[in-house]
Amino acid sequence: MSMNKAGRPTSAQGGQSSDHPTFTGNKALQIEEPLIFEVGDVGKTGVDFPDPEPHEMRLGGLERQKIGLPGLTEPEVMRHYVRISQKNFAIDAGVYPLGSCTMKHNGRLNEKMARLPGFGDVHPLQPESTVQGALELIDTLAAWLLEMTGMAGVAMSPKAGAHGEFCGMAAIKSAQIAKGDARTVVLVPESAHGTNPATAALLGYKVRDIPAREDGTVSPEAVKEALDTDVAGIMLTNPNTCGLFERDIVAIADAVHEAGAYFYCDGANFNAIVGKAKPGDLGVDCMHINLHKTFSTPHGGGGPGSGPVVFSEAIAPYAPVPYVVRNGDAFSLVESVEAADGAHPFGRQTAFHGQMGMFVRALSYMMSHGSDGMRQASEDAVLNANYIRAGLRDVMSQPFGDQVCMHEVLFDDSFLKDSGVTTLDFAKAMIDEGFHPMTMYFPLVVHGAMLIEPTESESKAALDQFIATLRDLVQGTKDGDLVRFTGAPHHAPMARLDETRAARDPVLRWSPEAHAEAAE
Amino acid sequence: MRYLPLTDDDRRSMLADIGVQNIDDLFADIPEDMRLKELIDLPRHASELEVERQLGEMAARNTPASSAPFFVGCGAYKHHVPASVDHLIQRSEFLTAYTPYQPEISQGTLQYLFEFQTQVALLTGMEVANASMYDGSTACGEAVLMAQRLTRRSKAVLSGSLHPQYRDVVSMLSDLSETSLETLAADPEGTEDIIASIDDETACVVVQSPDVFGRVRDLSAVAAAAHEKGALVIAVVTEVISLGALKPPGEMGADIVVAEGQSIGVGLSFGGPYVGLLATRQKYLRQMPGRVCGETVDANGKRGFVLTLSTREQHIRREKATSNICTNSGLCSLAFTIHLSLLGEAGLMKLASINHANAVMLADALAGIKGVDVLTPSFFNEFTIRVPGRGVDVIEALVDKGVLGGVPVARLVPGEKNLQDFIIVAATEVNTAEDRKAYVKALTEVLS
Repeated sequence: MSMNKAGRPTSAQGGQSSDHPTFTGNKALQIEEPLIFEVGDVGKTGVDFPDPEPHEMRLGGLERQKIGLPGLTEPEVMRHYVRISQKNFAIDAGVYPLGSCTMKHNGRLNEKMARLPGFGDVHPLQPESTVQGALELIDTLAAWLLEMTGMAGVAMSPKAGAHGEFCGMAAIKSAQIAKGDARTVVLVPESAHGTNPATAALLGYKVRDIPAREDGTVSPEAVKEALDTDVAGIMLTNPNTCGLFERDIVAIADAVHEAGAYFYCDGANFNAIVGKAKPGDLGVDCMHINLHKTFSTPHGGGGPGSGPVVFSEAIAPYAPVPYVVRNGDAFSLVESVEAADGAHPFGRQTAFHGQMGMFVRALSYMMSHGSDGMRQASEDAVLNANYIRAGLRDVMSQPFGDQVCMHEVLFDDSFLKDSGVTTLDFAKAMIDEGFHPMTMYFPLVVHGAMLIEPTESESKAALDQFIATLRDLVQGTKDGDLVRFTGAPHHAPMARLDETRAARDPVLRWSPEAHAEAAE
Repeated sequence: MRYLPLTDDDRRSMLADIGVQNIDDLFADIPEDMRLKELIDLPRHASELEVERQLGEMAARNTPASSAPFFVGCGAYKHHVPASVDHLIQRSEFLTAYTPYQPEISQGTLQYLFEFQTQVALLTGMEVANASMYDGSTACGEAVLMAQRLTRRSKAVLSGSLHPQYRDVVSMLSDLSETSLETLAADPEGTEDIIASIDDETACVVVQSPDVFGRVRDLSAVAAAAHEKGALVIAVVTEVISLGALKPPGEMGADIVVAEGQSIGVGLSFGGPYVGLLATRQKYLRQMPGRVCGETVDANGKRGFVLTLSTREQHIRREKATSNICTNSGLCSLAFTIHLSLLGEAGLMKLASINHANAVMLADALAGIKGVDVLTPSFFNEFTIRVPGRGVDVIEALVDKGVLGGVPVARLVPGEKNLQDFIIVAATEVNTAEDRKAYVKALTEVLS
């Protein structure tokens, strides 16, 4: 018998790819993965425990017999979650220019710091003497936030931006009630994020809309016209959701204050101005800061966030409990309204002290950047957005004309007019090109809005490729290759999903009956 | 600066392409006199090593739960989390994604949310659950608002053994929205008559089990009485592992169940981030707050998942939304669902039985100390003791002996003079026989 010397073919000949279907439905690295309820087993577990020691049962006769939860062993769990993870886009995978969301790089040092046992493994109700370092961290972060915003006080406990909005508006409401000047209306520009009017309504306020003027900003005249003695305050995002700095902000703040009202600034877009201007100088009374946007704590697939709120002198005494007090080198917590000496907290918004894990990450980000790095980050974020604007201004349309923007640039859909392509189609075609779409159909004041926020984390090469791709897509809409858009995404793990069906007949959980077919 | 990819050459050429002279031309809309000329007064940038040193020093000044015999609970619990959980949640695809607005490239997040919602419904014995809330306490506040919308009534009745900080959250919302609230007195010995407070104005009754003092409660009678008056029952669970041992609220007539999910998959982290669970009946679905994931098909008929029922939410409904919630607790719900997938029913029930066993043994051991009374006859993994002297002082004295012995009730309810000598003590699977011995020895010494 002679040795086979031909060996393994090494040329690519005959390997041209095609859309050949597979037996499994898998596409190489993209693997169809059933639900845990279809792969797990009620009798199986991936955690080993010793048997409990013999003991008396003291459950008051309320013992549980069954639950119906499947269990998976560790190898099965790893495979399940790794497979489904591969169906997700993420910042680490590509450009994620979601406007007003500040999808910047999440430094991994921050993850490491949050997991130090001294931060990650301490209980919120341990005696204060055993958590002095944790209280110091909160106090340090608070001091950094106050310095960079130029404000007088800060509430650290709000758990996300919307929770922070509630905090600020609740403090304003309490301040006015304390003055015997309870008011009923809150002014909200039409371009505002939906959480603003929702927050005002939650506090019992009526919402009065303020229209934007032709350049996309709010005019002091429109605000003055809407102000009267019923108005508690204005909720204004700055820089606003059209990507513009409200250049008359000082005049607006003055008018608001003159009417006995307060200025709530939505700080979602603070990343544009860190180290460039201080909200405190602009007449702001309250502003929440999304640590998960400006200070890079991970977005985590939709949280957890963290939304500390900074306050002016006038509102600070009404900030909620708990808060940290520093006395020399010792730190203590004020945990109840009764214990708040000389202040008038409006109450408590959450159990415990806030999103400590996010505080550690945010401070780690801030210390890494420092005053110089944070200013540079804001400048780069604004530079990147304007670079995209400059790269696309001749082919895409800007609703308020071509003007300098802050850290995000807004386009509308008039460049798509008569092309048969919608903003949604355009966005889905970006997916095929390997980009996460921008924020679309927001702000509502613009038709078919596309709001692009690249952040400072993108290199010039990444921006150049992004611009070239969008230019090619725009050209594509004119070349009549409509399927590139209307059928997109063609190359994602899923084709477009039927959201109407999901809402009409909601299936929000797996159940053995409803899913019998899928399990077969 | 290690996080900023642009070089100075890049910056110069980009400014030229934009058509401006220098970076400050891009900030021209900020009023001239408001523009900062100098750097803000904070330290300059620092290397990884420098940051690690500084934060490491702060961390070292805390006593981690795993470094001492540890019996602190009251809404947050020390449990062991399998190593694979933290490994998986740090995958970039989960960690650095946002809310799944584009379902075609977010099925990873959406599928685990669908699985999470199913697990929460099964655990609580309810029909549907949302995709998580910030934490248990804020979920409790949202549940009260939801009940008020559903019943079109205003009054909420809160059990005196609801976690005091949960009560504070609800009462803050009630104060500011001017709805009525009846709060029963703190009730460590389980004698309150909550049924007497339910009337025709009542929107909801909020009852916790195991309650803040550890006591296990049968909600059936309260539920029957509430339903007779047209009121809803909100059941609160702060120790979610208990649902591996106890009959779920859904089987006792609860209309809305809210829970703190931290015990499964999420570390203590000094109080947050945690993960709030909210489950309810199918018929109340459209008044449920928060994000919800639902099943559908794609254009090729393949099963997939999307965020749904968004017409309840702030980005569509604005001031008419069911809640102002936008971000939820995504990554913590992932940790929860992975840990629970590993446990499964068999693992969770065994874990629960170990917790109960350790608590029963600890209660018996502490009851043997002269002057100590155990006040909680039936409990899961937490109970209340009465000590001679102030609980706060006893706990401090225990710290000096290297034991973290529990939560003095006075810390949670500072105003109540007659609760000064109560301590709430928790035991979990992490406690060993040696830990219990150390506690008994230390407490005996402190009290002698």
